Amino acid sequence: MSDKFNIEIITPSQTILKSQVTEVTLPSYEGQMGILKDHIPLITFLRPGLVIIKGQDEKKYYVEEGTVEFSNNNLLILTSTAKNLQDLSKSLINDLIQQSQNKLKEIKLTDKEQYIESYKVETLKTINL
Amino acid sequence: MPSLDDLKKRIKSVKSTQKITKAMKMVAAAKLRKAQESAEKGRPYSQKMQNIILNLTKSINDPQNAPKLLVGTGEDKKYLCVVLTADRGLCGGFNSNICKLAKSHFKKILKAEKVLKIITVGSKGYDQIRRDFGKYVIKKFSFKEKKQITFSEANIVGNEIISLFSQNEFDKCIIFYNNFKNVITQIPQAQQIIPADAKNIKENDDENFSYEFEPEEDEILEDLLPKNISTQIFKALLENAASEQGSRMTAMDNATRNAGDLVDKLTINYNRSRQASITKELIEIISGAESL
Repeated sequence: MSDKFNIEIITPSQTILKSQVTEVTLPSYEGQMGILKDHIPLITFLRPGLVIIKGQDEKKYYVEEGTVEFSNNNLLILTSTAKNLQDLSKSLINDLIQQSQNKLKEIKLTDKEQYIESYKVETLKTINL
Repeated sequence: MPSLDDLKKRIKSVKSTQKITKAMKMVAAAKLRKAQESAEKGRPYSQKMQNIILNLTKSINDPQNAPKLLVGTGEDKKYLCVVLTADRGLCGGFNSNICKLAKSHFKKILKAEKVLKIITVGSKGYDQIRRDFGKYVIKKFSFKEKKQITFSEANIVGNEIISLFSQNEFDKCIIFYNNFKNVITQIPQAQQIIPADAKNIKENDDENFSYEFEPEEDEILEDLLPKNISTQIFKALLENAASEQGSRMTAMDNATRNAGDLVDKLTINYNRSRQASITKELIEIISGAESL
C-alpha cells in the first residue's frame, strides 16, 4: 500500500500545486504541524511560515496566511500568498522583512497582528538562498 | 431617391464603421483569452472555499450561537443587492441582461414591502439602474482605471458589505453577475451570499465527518466567513470580466457582419442608380436624335 496522499495548493488566481506526496509540514496557527496519510479530518489556519512538502523531491513554499482542510486523504491549502522558495529573491525577502519591521513599530497593532508580523520576520530571516 | 454622391458617402462611412467594429472584435478576442483563463483558474479556489464552509456548517451543533454571517440575522426585512456590471459599453446584451435580472428582483423585493438597498459595481450598471431605482443606490464602485482585476478590488467591495452587515444595515445579501459558460453564452445569475446559501451547493451526505479544529471552530468561522464573501465577489468579478469580453466579441462580430451586408446592399443600390441615370441619358439622346 502506498503511503501517499493528494495535496492541492490553490490561490485565487491559479492552482499552484496538485500532486501526490508522503509528508507535509505546515506552519499552523498554533504551531508546526506534520501531516501524514490517514490523518483525521482537520481544518486550521496558517501563520507566516514555510510549507514543506516531501514526495519524490522536497518542495518548500512560503505562505503568509491561508486555510487548510484535510479530509479523506486530500490536503487542501487555500492561500493568497504561496510562493515557491526558488522564485523568491534576496532583495524581495529583505523588502518583506523591512515592511514587517516597520509595521511592528506601530503602536496600535493588536496582539494577533503582532504575533503574525513577528512570525513573518522570523521565517523570512531563516530563509537562506 | 438619394443622389449618387450621397450613396457614395454612405458606403464609405459604413465601411469605416466596419473597420472599427472589426478592430474591437479582435481586441476583445485577445482579452477574452486572458480573462477566460483567469476565470477558469479562479474557480477552484472559490469552490473549495464554499465546500469548507459547507462542511463547517454541517458540523455546527449549536445554530443559535453560530456567527450571523453564516446563519443570517433570523430576519427577512432588509435586502442588499450588489449588481456587478462592466465599466464599458458596446458589449451586446451583457449589461442589460444583468440589470434586467436585478430589476425583476428589485420589483419583487419592493412588492413584498421589504427594504431595498443597492450597491453597484461598474459604471454601466449604475447608469441603467439609476433611472428607476436611483434612490435605493447607497454606494457605487468603479474599477475603470484597473487593467486587471485582482483580489484587492474584491476585498474592497467585500469589506464594505461586511461593515454594512455589522451595522445591521441588511439581513440578506444577493449578488448579480454573469456566469461565463462559453464565448456565446453568458448566464446572468443571482447568488445569495449572506446568509451562506447551502442549497446551491451539492450535498455530499456520505461525506460526514467531524473535523478537528485548530484554533476553535468559532474563531475559524469568524475569519473564514468574511474571506469567503470577498472570494465570492472575486469569482463574480472574474466571471464577469470573461463574460464581458465574450459578449463584446460576439456583438462586434455581428456588427461587422451587418456592416458588410449593408455595404453590399448600398453598393447594389449605387450601381443600380448609376445604371438608371446612364439609361436615362441614352434615351434622351436617342429621342433627341429621332426628333430631328
